[in-house]
Amino acid sequence: MTAAKSEAPQPPAREAAGSAARQVLTFVLGDETYGVDILRVQEIRGWSAVTKIPQAPAHVLGVLNLRGSIVPIVDLRMRLALERAEYTSITVIIVLSVQSGTGRRDFGVVVDGVSDVVDVDEAEVRPPPELGTRAATDFIRGLVPVAERMLVLLDIDRLIGDAASVGVAHGEPA
Amino acid sequence: MTLDLTQFHDTFFEESFEALDTMESALLELDVGAPDPETINDIFRVAHSIKGGSATFGFGDIASFTHSLETLLDELRAGRMAVSVSISDLLLKSVDVLREMLRAVQAKLPVDAQRVADLQFDLELAIARRGGEPQSTSSSAGTETRPRGWRIRFHPYREFFARGNDPVRMLRELATLGAIEVEADATLLPALSELDPQACHLGWTIHLAGGAAEEAIREVFDWATGECDLQIERLGPWAAEERPAPDTVATLPESSEPPHANLLARGSASGISADVAAAGSIRVSVEKIDELMNTVGELVITQAMLSQLSPLLEGPGAEQLRSGLAQLERNMRELQESVMRVRMLPISFVFSRFPRMVRDLAQRLGKQIELKLTGEHTELDKTVLEKIGDPLVHLVRNCIDHGIETPEVRVAAGKPAAGTVHLDACHRGGTIAVEVGDDGAGLDRARILAKARERGLIAPSDTLSDEQVHELIFLPGFSTAEHTTDLSGRGVGMDVVRRNIKELGGTIDVRTERGRGSRFLITLPLTLAIVDGQTVAVGTETYIVPLTSIIESLQLKPEQVNRFGGRGELFAFRGQYLPVIRLHEIFGVEPRARALHQGLVVVVEGDGRRVGLFVDDLLGQQQVVIKSLETNYGRVEGVSGATILGDGSVALILDLPGLVRFASLRIAA
Repeated sequence: MTAAKSEAPQPPAREAAGSAARQVLTFVLGDETYGVDILRVQEIRGWSAVTKIPQAPAHVLGVLNLRGSIVPIVDLRMRLALERAEYTSITVIIVLSVQSGTGRRDFGVVVDGVSDVVDVDEAEVRPPPELGTRAATDFIRGLVPVAERMLVLLDIDRLIGDAASVGVAHGEPA
Repeated sequence: MTLDLTQFHDTFFEESFEALDTMESALLELDVGAPDPETINDIFRVAHSIKGGSATFGFGDIASFTHSLETLLDELRAGRMAVSVSISDLLLKSVDVLREMLRAVQAKLPVDAQRVADLQFDLELAIARRGGEPQSTSSSAGTETRPRGWRIRFHPYREFFARGNDPVRMLRELATLGAIEVEADATLLPALSELDPQACHLGWTIHLAGGAAEEAIREVFDWATGECDLQIERLGPWAAEERPAPDTVATLPESSEPPHANLLARGSASGISADVAAAGSIRVSVEKIDELMNTVGELVITQAMLSQLSPLLEGPGAEQLRSGLAQLERNMRELQESVMRVRMLPISFVFSRFPRMVRDLAQRLGKQIELKLTGEHTELDKTVLEKIGDPLVHLVRNCIDHGIETPEVRVAAGKPAAGTVHLDACHRGGTIAVEVGDDGAGLDRARILAKARERGLIAPSDTLSDEQVHELIFLPGFSTAEHTTDLSGRGVGMDVVRRNIKELGGTIDVRTERGRGSRFLITLPLTLAIVDGQTVAVGTETYIVPLTSIIESLQLKPEQVNRFGGRGELFAFRGQYLPVIRLHEIFGVEPRARALHQGLVVVVEGDGRRVGLFVDDLLGQQQVVIKSLETNYGRVEGVSGATILGDGSVALILDLPGLVRFASLRIAA
């Protein structure tokens, strides 16, 4: 297991935005590098089989037991309309949390592998270019050059916030 | 620094509502004519503490109203007024009005000022009528009657000195609060030869004159808390004359009493939660308990995982490890049960509302009714408790409205004029059995049949057994009341009761005997946090079917299956044709068996209908802890929650009523 458990403190949403630099956890999907605000990361764990949920959207793979709570798992490749990949022993689940009106909600995203934690200067974040496919750019907060590569910063509130993502085909997101 | 009082509002409301419940039940116990002074004292304390609280938080209306109420109670307490039926009614009405005021204030809604003013006028009128001059009600607080003094019984335990306490210092400090008169109790002093010079053998009774505050007195004994028996009694104006003669002191065998009982029971000036305090309880939020429960659930799973590994162990320590694991398992089970019990509350929380209700209803309907409550201490889960209240109220109303006859009819039938409504609760295995019974007329078979035919619920030619006839009353839209009252008989009745009880995973049945009465028997699960489940396999997935909904599991032969309309599949079961719900189709999983005779059919009841669930296999039965899917995800049709199995994987728990509804929609579509 690649489970390097890290208990992150409660995410204080976007308070840290005022300061210039913030830490970002980067991970890879195929050739691309993505990043999420590290304060949102609850845990990183190895891939294990999920329990399917009926009537769930295709990118919701199912649910996992995360220390007693039932957490939905989203296939990020599918969510970002990327090519599918096989799940292997190095496939990793990053457990993220968002604050919603009803309290904290946790969900996991499946990624190919976790790379690094980098400091990102807020001033260097560029807006995402207008591409043809809206679906993908909707969840992107911006692009940052990091060590001559492009890092795609994800907006996880958008990723999970809209009803179609983790919410259910029937009825409201809880 | 300003103190934000709003943070205490919730506690104030919660305590006040509880206090009002206490007050209501005390009022109902109150004997007209010969009231128990202790009961009046209890009622007075409740009013007093609500007045104090509301004045503190600036709820002026409530404070002013409770002040009038308190004045009246004080008159009763002092014996200057007799407890009559009209006074008792007035007090009960005041409880209602207070409850409404508190609710309104809590919801930040306007108070029905007219009603409050009317009742407050009535209260003051009652006070004025007793002949004396009515007390001023203009100021809401501070006009309470000062006690003339205090009687303090102070009995240190033997090891009192060893803890560094000095009773003499305490007595001296008391003397600073007012004139004191101290009597020593030396009855426990042993013979000199047996005297332990380091132990405390003495007790004291102190009479403190003047209007010292109770808190100030308690403060003196602050350091002795838990090391002595302490009783502080207010000597009111009437008690002062009957101050005990010094020689009665010797008859106080206080030190044999349990250490905390006295201290706590008489303790808080509020006195509202005296019962609770006496048992030594604390107020804990439900979330904290749920958290604890979650953690324990996790521990159980971890322990199960370890147990699964233990047979594989070899080597010198293996046997010891195994016995350690067995020990762990036992402890875990105990821990789980204890945590469950924390959520349990006695059913008296629900039963306590009935004396008042029955009294009011009986008055209104001109019937004489005696209410019998038994098994009030039976405990069940708070969630179940909250949801069982309304169905029970409905049943009791039905008993009074339809069951119990008028006194004339009863006497003519050779029965006592007063009917009896009996509520009983007890544990039966892993369930709670609640019974609501009456000794009234019983169900009228002919009338039920006639009504059912009139409503088109059964065909005129149908012949039904008694049992089937009694089942009819649970059908939607059925009501036999000759004329509609505002109590029951609006046609929303027994079907709603049955549905509510089924939603809790319980059952309801009726037994009746013409002319002798009816009994409604309710079975409820102890808790909603755990369910007895049958695990079933469909493809690679595992699902939990609640055991209470399963009627039978069977394997169908190909010739037993009938088709209709090209899509539905039916099979014969106990004289009925039941539809088959293929779980793999509903849930979109790849099954191992597609032909009905290759898998198993579990006959279940959901939403009042029976269906066959088609699954690959039955795995086993186990108790599972119910977890919410909605916390992080959302509601899923046909699924009531999820649980974690012994191997740490997640299994979904089927919501059969939902599943049946969902499946019939799909078939219809």
